[in-house]
Amino acid sequence: MKLRIHSNKRLLIQLLVLLTIISFLGVVLNNLVINLIRTGMGISFNWLIHPTGFELSEHAIEYSPSDNYVKVLLIGWLNSLKVIIVSLVFATILGLIAGSARIGKNIFLSQVSSAYVAIVRQIPLLLQLFFWYFIGFLNLSESGFAPLGSIIELSNQGINLLGVKLSAEFSAVVLGLTIFTGASIAEIIRGGLKSVSKGQWEAFRSLGIQESIGLRVIIIPQALPAILPALTSQYLNLAKNSTLAIAVGYADLYAVSDTVITQTGRAIEGFTLLLLIFLSFNLIISIFMGMVNKLAIDKNIK
Amino acid sequence: MKSAIEAKRITKTFGHGNMALDNVSLDVTSGEILVIMGPSGSGKSTLIRTFNGLESIDSGKLEILGIPLDSDKNQQQVSLIRRQVGMVFQQFNLFPHLSILENITLAPIQVQGCSAAEAETKAFELLIQMGIEDQARKHPNQLSGGQQQRAAIARALALNPKIMLFDEPTSALDPEKVKEVLDAIKSLANKGMTMVVVTHEIGFAREVSDRVVFMDEGKVIEISSPNTFFIDAKEERSRRFLNQVM
Repeated sequence: MKLRIHSNKRLLIQLLVLLTIISFLGVVLNNLVINLIRTGMGISFNWLIHPTGFELSEHAIEYSPSDNYVKVLLIGWLNSLKVIIVSLVFATILGLIAGSARIGKNIFLSQVSSAYVAIVRQIPLLLQLFFWYFIGFLNLSESGFAPLGSIIELSNQGINLLGVKLSAEFSAVVLGLTIFTGASIAEIIRGGLKSVSKGQWEAFRSLGIQESIGLRVIIIPQALPAILPALTSQYLNLAKNSTLAIAVGYADLYAVSDTVITQTGRAIEGFTLLLLIFLSFNLIISIFMGMVNKLAIDKNIK
Repeated sequence: MKSAIEAKRITKTFGHGNMALDNVSLDVTSGEILVIMGPSGSGKSTLIRTFNGLESIDSGKLEILGIPLDSDKNQQQVSLIRRQVGMVFQQFNLFPHLSILENITLAPIQVQGCSAAEAETKAFELLIQMGIEDQARKHPNQLSGGQQQRAAIARALALNPKIMLFDEPTSALDPEKVKEVLDAIKSLANKGMTMVVVTHEIGFAREVSDRVVFMDEGKVIEISSPNTFFIDAKEERSRRFLNQVM
């Protein structure tokens, strides 16, 4: 009897919550419809095939202002994808190195890594992006300097890596996202490695197995179940944070959409597309990490 | 007799200031079976762990198979020693994500550069010796404690060590599984393996050991033959300990 009263109460609460959400959506929708009627714009996607008339500094495929909005959004998407993938790879590598250094025997490296994590996590990402762009790149001279001979050249034009030219904007965003996310990943790696019992380290060391091999074959596979869920959420954060690229003038999807919306006045359609595309980025990351997770767990259970 | 382990006045202090090893001197001759006993916290585990470099010493002279393992040892000396000294832990420390066979073949493949086939042949010999060849393809958590510890012994033997170290190998086992592990260790003793065994198993120590070392508070209190130690211990502290445990 008591249980039934309890479950009735729960049902009532759920109904109330549902009603609140529906009312809220109703108000929003009502506003939307009223405004659409008032401005007389309606909802349309026809504008997508009109020429944009604006220039883009950075485009992975051929582009001119006579191309349409679909193409410019596609270029924005490609630019975002480029930044996300490159930052994701570098942030993971940096996080792996810094996280391993934290628990390693070398006290100097461990303290450098610990300082890196502490400093980077205290400063807002937006400020870090500004720092890398204005102080890191734009302050360099035009001729640049080449610390490793002809391999890499840094200048206020960006990075020239083995003949591949990366713009200052792209480089600053990648650097900023990599260093920022790398710090969080380092903490996740450190926590994951620490979750593996000390006996496992002693067991492989006693067998004369080198640290690097033991780490790769014994420790990391056991740390993965603790690492992967948190790593996934950092990857999702990185994808979302990539929209801050607009701050340094990098033409990512958000920056391009922003220009498109301003130019066409199609805020509802533009934002809907933007939301859907970002959802797709993150769904792809989630699905990919889900597969990696399954693979890692299967291997552990096997 | 050739010396397998030679420790002269070795000391070890842990961070919080207590001396885990206080001027310990000890010789283990080749082929000898040495049992170390003592109350918990007496430094016996720390001592055995210095013999393969899992713990470093602060001062004194330590030589394993003629290779110095002093406080200024380098990584090459340590890995040279670890290839020739097998270790078995209280908590087994098998690699849970690898099969028993993979646990055993890992070091021969990675350290000695054996082929997978070579390593597996050798692993099966060891598994048969330990009586658990049926468990080869299983994962550690599918085995009983006694079987896991025997697999851990097989893993330690895979590099053909000259010395075997056992750190309380039966302390984490159910009472009815202790015998099978002790029998496995005895079978090694009968083959002339040099062994250092930290244990509380008095029956095992009496039957198998050549000498018993009794430690307390980081010091070696007494080194005697098992007959002397268990029947007529020289030191008052040893007799008090034996009164508690026998």
